[in-house]
Amino acid sequence: MPEILNMQNICKSYYMGEEEIEVLHDVNLTVSTGDFLSILGPSGSGKSTMMNIIGCLDVPSAGKYLLSGHDIEDLDEIELAQVRNKEIGFIFQNFQLLPRMTARQNVELPLIYSGLSSSERKKRSQSILERIGLSDKMKNLPTQLSGGQQQRVAIARALVTEPTILLADEPTGALDQKTGTQVIELFEELNRDGRTIIMITHDQNIARHASRVVNILDGYLTEKEVL
Amino acid sequence: MLLESIRMSWENIISNKLRSFLTMLGIVIGVASIIALITIVQGATYSISEEVTSLGVNKITVNATGTPLKQGLSEEDLKNIAKVNNISGLSPTISGMTNIVYQGQVKEKVTVQGKNEVYFQSDSSLLQSGRGINILDLESKNQVAVLGRDIVKELYFGVDPIGKELMIHGTTYTVIGTLASSSHFSLTSNNKAVIIPYTTALRSLGVKNISSLDVFLLDTNLADDTVNNIKRVLNSTFNYKDNAYTIFNMGDMIESFQSMMSILSLLLAGIAGISLVVGGIGIMNMMLVSITERTTEIGLRKALGATPNRIQLQFIIESIFLSIFGGLIGLILGSLVAYVASILIGVGFSIQVSTIALAVGFSAIVGIVFGYMPARKASRLNPIDALRSL
Repeated sequence: MPEILNMQNICKSYYMGEEEIEVLHDVNLTVSTGDFLSILGPSGSGKSTMMNIIGCLDVPSAGKYLLSGHDIEDLDEIELAQVRNKEIGFIFQNFQLLPRMTARQNVELPLIYSGLSSSERKKRSQSILERIGLSDKMKNLPTQLSGGQQQRVAIARALVTEPTILLADEPTGALDQKTGTQVIELFEELNRDGRTIIMITHDQNIARHASRVVNILDGYLTEKEVL
Repeated sequence: MLLESIRMSWENIISNKLRSFLTMLGIVIGVASIIALITIVQGATYSISEEVTSLGVNKITVNATGTPLKQGLSEEDLKNIAKVNNISGLSPTISGMTNIVYQGQVKEKVTVQGKNEVYFQSDSSLLQSGRGINILDLESKNQVAVLGRDIVKELYFGVDPIGKELMIHGTTYTVIGTLASSSHFSLTSNNKAVIIPYTTALRSLGVKNISSLDVFLLDTNLADDTVNNIKRVLNSTFNYKDNAYTIFNMGDMIESFQSMMSILSLLLAGIAGISLVVGGIGIMNMMLVSITERTTEIGLRKALGATPNRIQLQFIIESIFLSIFGGLIGLILGSLVAYVASILIGVGFSIQVSTIALAVGFSAIVGIVFGYMPARKASRLNPIDALRSL
């Protein structure tokens, strides 16, 4: 499978006042098309920083990060925004749906920034919501949806741009056991259809569903083979 | 892209109706006061100018005090002045103080003026009833008089004065007309006037010189040239003596009056403009609050691929929307205030396109200027911090 993500010796440090704190040390990671990767680590391990760097929300202090052939280091703010729009589908713990917009409008949001016409946006968002089983909830506001439904709208929003990578940050964190499992099953289904997924979690039971798990602890990434 | 930003801004304004309205209020008041003040001042200026113009912009007044040797103008001098180009007519005035008597009622120390037919032709609204002095009265030095409203009231109470007789300076005159009462804005009042043909006055009032002369022009654009030519004639008439005469150009006076009023309206607009600035600060404040509230949303939009420019554009459009809406509401409100005020004061009402453009343009500028800083702040939000703030 072709390699779509390649991290070489990635370091990330922050300044706390005068003091420099390194939160990622020499991280090396490759992801290929069709992977379902789980990044497992407790809070404070650096996994949020990992997610920010993978998602191009933040840039590494040192090292080389290639995403779909783009060297992230070379990109300016506008190009980074375009990469986020095209290559990454974000799924957040708290869904992050805009409360004043209907489900369909929320799904359309990234397409606005892709510069698509409103008819094209409508077509695409409708078809993705149908595929995810929410065709009857398109005109509902997020507050009129259950947690599981909200997360599925958020997944539809992540998928609608046909991104290279689906990047999920604790996607089940705000859901109960049953709906959480349903979301993971949806991920597995999407992965079977060839979608590359990177999921960040602290929950071993969730991480198990992935085909690959890497552990992150105190800023060090270690990979173990899962059977 | 622009359309999308406009739609998003609009939705956000709508979703916060009360707050948006309160934010707009500053701009509404600012624009309303500018519109109202400018319109009222312009209306008043127009009414007063109109009034002054009715006195005649096409008129130059010459006051000839003369020299010890020659105390005023003679009929011969009038003929010389009449030769100057661009003159449609001369209306000389001779004044004398005397007593007038009607049926035993004596009115002492009345100013009697000698005038000619040009005076009555120059303004058709001058007469209330009867006729004015005509050329025949002048040629045959008829003993006829036209009376002002106050004189009529005092001497002819309850009687139609026309055709009645009147003693002026010991001679009998026939009243041929009465003057309309002067309006409030008039600079000179005709209410106490007693007017007789100037030729008659020269003969019977004991006055030998013409002290004042109105010169009517054909083309007011050439007023300056004509004034210079008249000066040349007068200088030779009075043998180049200083202070022998003064020339008063009505057109000049209207011009200086109008420039004074435009300075006044600018000043008022400037004061009202301060409230616009205050309104702008209100908008900036609201935008900053709104950005703080919507930090997560901004972070999300950035994560989904919004460029900093997109974010900035959206917030600037929002602020321009607020200020332009405020401006339009202010325009309507200000026009209403000006309309009511113009009826109460009794001046004309007309709103100029330039006033509307000024109000809308000014409020748009306020939106851009005061929206820029918050919009820039929003566009620079770090998406990580923004998303974490939830």
